Amino acid sequence: MPTVTYDLPDGSRHHVDVLCGQSVMDGSVRNNLPGIVAECGGSCSCATCHVFVEDGQSTFDEPTDEERELLEYAEGAQPNSRLSCQLILTDGCPQVRVTVPGTNG
Amino acid sequence: MSERVLIVGAGHAGATLAGLLRQAGHRGPVELFGDEVDLPYHRPPLSKKFAEGELEQWLRPAEFYREQDITLRLGEDVVALDTAGRRVRTASGDAHAYDHLVLATGAAPRRLALPGVDLAGVVSLRTLADARILRKCVEERRALAIVGGGYIGLEVAAVARANGVDVTVLEREERVLARVASARLSEILAAHHRARGTRIVTGARIARIAGSDGRVSGVVLGDGTEIPCEAVLIGVGAEPRDELAVAAGLRSDHGVVVDGRARTSDPHVLAIGDVTRRPGYVRLESIPSATEQARQAVATITGGAPAPSEVPWFWSDQFDLKLKIAGLVPAEPSTVVRGDPAAGRFALFHLDGGALSAVESANSPAEFMAGKKFLASGTRLDPARLADPSTPLRDAVA
Repeated sequence: MPTVTYDLPDGSRHHVDVLCGQSVMDGSVRNNLPGIVAECGGSCSCATCHVFVEDGQSTFDEPTDEERELLEYAEGAQPNSRLSCQLILTDGCPQVRVTVPGTNG
Repeated sequence: MSERVLIVGAGHAGATLAGLLRQAGHRGPVELFGDEVDLPYHRPPLSKKFAEGELEQWLRPAEFYREQDITLRLGEDVVALDTAGRRVRTASGDAHAYDHLVLATGAAPRRLALPGVDLAGVVSLRTLADARILRKCVEERRALAIVGGGYIGLEVAAVARANGVDVTVLEREERVLARVASARLSEILAAHHRARGTRIVTGARIARIAGSDGRVSGVVLGDGTEIPCEAVLIGVGAEPRDELAVAAGLRSDHGVVVDGRARTSDPHVLAIGDVTRRPGYVRLESIPSATEQARQAVATITGGAPAPSEVPWFWSDQFDLKLKIAGLVPAEPSTVVRGDPAAGRFALFHLDGGALSAVESANSPAEFMAGKKFLASGTRLDPARLADPSTPLRDAVA
């Protein structure tokens, strides 16, 4: 099962096993980690699950135009910004590590 | 930190609050009462995705509540609140004491006093159970009349029509979304629905709902016209479920009155979500508002810093349009259109004396996100540059 590392706004680090087919957002919500708000439940509607992908970026599909546009004006956006609801984990994917900003509304 | 928190209402606001309390390190008991038996669920799919397999989306899996030591009391209806004794009573007669009570009772569909509303096939939409009935109507391709052209009505109309159902929307006002959207957006959306085969009747006065053998057979208008149908959705807004609060003597005025920290007129009772009336607003019925108020309540209960207030916003899906709306449309807006409404990709920026008051967008996430930022910062915009899609939004600042 893929493991995702979350570096949270308070400086803490959490390693979470996430089922294949689930998203980086799901892993956070399921374990009640702060920082990823995920108001819309993963339908790419709310942009409250913004993360920075530090390791493992290549395992994920490229962002859609919709995600890219949502991120363009997201608070503190960087080149490695993604919406974590769109980051689906697959079998055999490499180590994934994300930093969660404290600005997800 | 060991205080007992009872949350009445297991919708988005209540369930979010329960999780956030644990995130904030609250160690005392947290009990979540809900009058429905289903696990707390996402409500937007009820009108947006009810005909698909994605209708039932739990906010959290059942194990989540066990692991977080949140007591779920589903199917337990709280019927009385004793603020002096600091306890509530459920329908089964059990009393539960609290240190903090949070009312997250939500809103209920407004009822219409019309002859025929009790006929079989007349439905409203608030709960998963309601959505399952509506799904069945769509599966059976039953001709659908929707009373009320608000967001819920139009979302249901879009799903039903996309599934081949014959749909008529009956709106009392002269335009759909009269209370909640700009005239321009109403016009664009009405055209979008009509182009896909939905009938929209505005200025509709409804005399009664007609039936035969106890089942609905049509909607009769004031001028005698009958719209034949096999199902009717009443979608004419919602009323706050403030009965507990009112009976306990809490201040309510079209919604339980709260301050910016989710406090009611009783020091041990908070209120969040659709049931409240927040300072400066009429009731805001939206997920972002529910989340924000849940955060306020956590700060009040745990003694944390109050969460800053955010720009109100919500989203809606209608056919291929993903709508996102932020701010409140002023009565007499000066509107700048960016993009092409006919192509289904546009944003309406509503200015009030040069400052942005609201943005209504469709399939334009960048415009929405930038607009929400401009609203939060009170940025003044240059209308000509704003209207030119080749000018980046960040260069539209006046």
